[in-house]
Amino acid sequence: MADIRSNFVGIKSPNPFWLASAPPTDKAYNVERAFKEGWGGVVWKTLGEEGPPIVNVNGPRYGAIWGADRRLLGLNNIELITDRDLYLNLREIKQVKKNWPDRALVVSLMVPCEEDAWKAILPLVEETEADGIELNFGCPHGMSERGMGSAVGQVPEYVEMVVRWCKQYTRMPVITKLTPNITDVRKPARAAHAGGTDAVSLINTINSITAVDLDNFAPEPTIDGKGSHGGYCGPAVKPIALNMVAEIARDPETRGLPISGIGGVTTWRDAAEFLALGAGNVQVCTAAMTYGFKIVQEMIEGLKNWMDAKGHASLDDIIGRATPNVTDWQYLNLNYVTKAKIDQDLCIKCGRCHIACEDTSHQAITAVVDGARRFEVIEEECVGCNLCVNVCPVEGCIDMVPLSAGAVDRRTGKVVEAEYANWTMHPNNPMKVAAE
Amino acid sequence: MADRQHEDGIIAGRLSPDAYAQNFADLHPPLDEHEARVEADRCYFCYDAPCMHACPTSIDIPLFIRQIATGNPLGSAKTIFDQNILGGMCARVCPTETLCEEACVREHAEGKPVQIGRLQRYATDAAMGEGKQFYSRAAPTGRRIAVVGAGPAGLACAHRLAMHGHDVTVYEARPKAGGLNEYGIAAYKTPENFAQAEVDYVTAIGGIAVEHDKALGRDLSLSGLAAEFDAVFLAMGLGGVNALQAEGEEAEGVENAVDYIATLRQAQDMAQLSIGRRVVVIGGGMTAIDAAVQARLLGAEEVTICYRRGREHMNASEWEQDLAASKGVIIRHWLQPKRVIAEGGKVRAIEVEYTALSDGRLTGTGETLTLKADQVFKAIGQTFEPAALNGSGEGLALDRGRIKVDAEGRTSLPKVWAGGDCIAGGDDLTVSAVAQGRDAAESIHRALEE
Ligand SMILES: Cc1cc2nc3c(=O)[nH]c(=O)nc-3n(C[C@H](O)[C@H](O)[C@H](O)COP(=O)(O)OP(=O)(O)OC[C@H]3O[C@@H](n4cnc5c(N)ncnc54)[C@H](O)[C@@H]3O)c2cc1C
Ligand SMILES: Cc1cc2nc3c(=O)[nH]c(=O)nc-3n(C[C@H](O)[C@H](O)[C@H](O)COP(=O)(O)O)c2cc1C
Ligand code: SF4
Ligand code: SF4
Ligand code: SF4
Repeated sequence: MADIRSNFVGIKSPNPFWLASAPPTDKAYNVERAFKEGWGGVVWKTLGEEGPPIVNVNGPRYGAIWGADRRLLGLNNIELITDRDLYLNLREIKQVKKNWPDRALVVSLMVPCEEDAWKAILPLVEETEADGIELNFGCPHGMSERGMGSAVGQVPEYVEMVVRWCKQYTRMPVITKLTPNITDVRKPARAAHAGGTDAVSLINTINSITAVDLDNFAPEPTIDGKGSHGGYCGPAVKPIALNMVAEIARDPETRGLPISGIGGVTTWRDAAEFLALGAGNVQVCTAAMTYGFKIVQEMIEGLKNWMDAKGHASLDDIIGRATPNVTDWQYLNLNYVTKAKIDQDLCIKCGRCHIACEDTSHQAITAVVDGARRFEVIEEECVGCNLCVNVCPVEGCIDMVPLSAGAVDRRTGKVVEAEYANWTMHPNNPMKVAAE
Repeated sequence: MADRQHEDGIIAGRLSPDAYAQNFADLHPPLDEHEARVEADRCYFCYDAPCMHACPTSIDIPLFIRQIATGNPLGSAKTIFDQNILGGMCARVCPTETLCEEACVREHAEGKPVQIGRLQRYATDAAMGEGKQFYSRAAPTGRRIAVVGAGPAGLACAHRLAMHGHDVTVYEARPKAGGLNEYGIAAYKTPENFAQAEVDYVTAIGGIAVEHDKALGRDLSLSGLAAEFDAVFLAMGLGGVNALQAEGEEAEGVENAVDYIATLRQAQDMAQLSIGRRVVVIGGGMTAIDAAVQARLLGAEEVTICYRRGREHMNASEWEQDLAASKGVIIRHWLQPKRVIAEGGKVRAIEVEYTALSDGRLTGTGETLTLKADQVFKAIGQTFEPAALNGSGEGLALDRGRIKVDAEGRTSLPKVWAGGDCIAGGDDLTVSAVAQGRDAAESIHRALEE
């Protein structure tokens, strides 16, 4: 049986599945329930500084988009950090950690960008015997207007400064949570690294408006006729998060920096993908908010089964395995030629591949062959773009088959070459480097 | 009142009022909004969709389903009505399992087609429920067209002609319009007087005058109509019924299934309808099934369909056969009627003979069986009665006993078109009658424009 115990910057947990700092981790009641279902760890809902509690809106705070059958694909929220008393949270954190010594308990923090504020709160957290802290530089709404959250996360110098203070004033491991609301996520990651962070976690939520109420012409969620951009998360953001994780994992300046992968993790497969791209563990919010805590059981068993089937003994066998295969476009092999191939036994003849290719791509799929409805790839026209695969409702029905070296690409008439050749060597590239 | 299910003879009031109400309620209750959205989401929006090709009226099914999925039921209804103005009735009565839903790629993929018929009903109900009319008449052309028969074919033709600005007079032999929608279709498929509501919806476009109790051959002649109108569309359906060719057929209790169903459809109170304790239905089509099922629903204790060929030869779809079985109807195959056994002029039993195919010909084997019965329904096919057409000038060419038409519905006579069950080569479905009526209207319109 695969061993999925996790050790992330020295924080141990029985599995790599943590709940992200969010409503599921806002109080002892929820976290106790999560641990009972098997979650390996939690990042407690972000705490603010001592004083009158945070005030949330009292109207709807979530918006969403859905796929077929109203499956939730993306969630957006305009909630702030915890609106409960600081000391109440700290007491509960201490108790929960005592009750669940084998689980990871990390405390998320967001206080004003002043040294004293951080200096004041860190000992309070330390006293709970929590395993570490996560710096919330990501919250894109509300707190950012007060100079916190993504307002800090978007300025690498601030990130570095705050991380430095934290490293200075606490012995606890520091995880820096990054905002995706930035052009180049490597910049704040490098800054956190320079400040001495133990790890980065990403992504926090993305600025978004999920919908517009067309009766009232107001963004949703609508509060008394008005709406504000909120933070977007859930399955829809996974591709963005994966890319950002990979960018940091393969950046020479931050290579080796532990990453906690967050954003749209819903199944064991999503988690395995984050790990493969270089994340040391994953954090989950929306999936739990959609289906409840029980989903972790599918994640745990699914990950183990897959690892067993593939012969991966421990998480170290998979973490970062895909990172070296992430490259820049210019290094992709232009001599790699594929053609779509339709499995006629699986094809249900919906015709979507045909119309997608016919209307919007390369006119490479038939609709009628010998007078009968039949969808076949016309190799002379197929550029191997994969669109048909993506629109086909039957998984595995269309395959992209690589042509072997020596075969003739019937579209170009050229023989497929065995050698790797990329854009930097291509004759059409005015900046090409001569191939030796 | 105690159930009278176990009393011999043909009597009324076998069941309690509740049982009647339950038995004749909507067979497929309408989808509510949630159900419709969930079902609509299953549609793949196929290219050149197979379901659409399987629909005799070629409704753009992927489009109307997508309009439901996107919260636009009225737009959806218009997509349906553009091709089939009786889309509401078709949604209820089409044997979708052999039409659109059989062709649905999700039938192919998972054995579970998108429920096209029920979605079609959802959309058309939405529009008809609020009396939303999508069509207005073109400028009056001054042309007048006579339509004979206010069934699906006649109504579809009249509507399309009215849209083009022509004035239409529909002559209908019966006191109500709708044809078999009103007098034939099983009651549980079209409850709550839907047929008349639909007639009103269709004729609301204007320019359509329905003249009731006016029969061709009795009150009108074809030559007279052809002389008076710019064009004539014949849509009289099938008036005749095949004979059993069994001895004793005239006994009391032997009835035409279609006549019995017509009476049933007009009944205000099912408890007033008399039905036998043991009923035998002879036939293998939709009419046989409908008669048998409704006999059961009226409280007959034992209902047996005798069909002279095998299950695979039955005209009734597999789905219809399963429906009958689920209602407790016994379907027996390879049996043909031989002799009605009567006592005091009343049916007591029917003797049937086993059949077999030899060299492709159906013959009796000589072995017989006697089934107790106090009522026998004949449902062995309806026929076209050409008498109405004749004796009034030039004869109209027939083909296999029905009116001969070309692809556009033109008959052998100039100015005369025909469609629906009365023409040769059709499949005796409501939806086909609608298609033929609509297409004939377009053909007439083109001819009048020339
Ligand atoms: C019992 C039964 C059940 C059926 N169930 C289904 C079903 O579930 N689904 C399905 O798709 N199809 C079903 N059908 C078939 C369907 O009803 C017909 O195919 C369809 O009604 C044909 O339409 P039509 O307009 O050609 O003829 P009809 O509906 O028969 O209409 C003809 C009209 O012409 C009138 N008429 C006749 N003679 C004259 C005359 N001389 N002068 C003036 N008017 C005249 C009649 O009174 C009638 O109103 C069923 C048929 C029967 C008998
Ligand atoms: C309602 C809600 C509140 C959140 N609050 C916080 C927060 O207080 N602190 C924080 O660091 N992230 C917060 N997040 C972001 C999540 O921790 C997580 O980064 C994000 O939702 C992406 O993960 P997911 O796709 O699994 O949901 C919040 C998310 C949601 C949906
Ligand atoms: S999209 Fe897939 S299932 Fe549909 S026709 Fe193309 S290959 Fe067949
Ligand atoms: S009219 Fe009948 S066959 Fe055509 S789509 Fe509707 S239900 Fe299907
Ligand atoms: S065949 Fe089925 S899935 Fe395809 S368009 Fe028609 S109803 Fe939709």
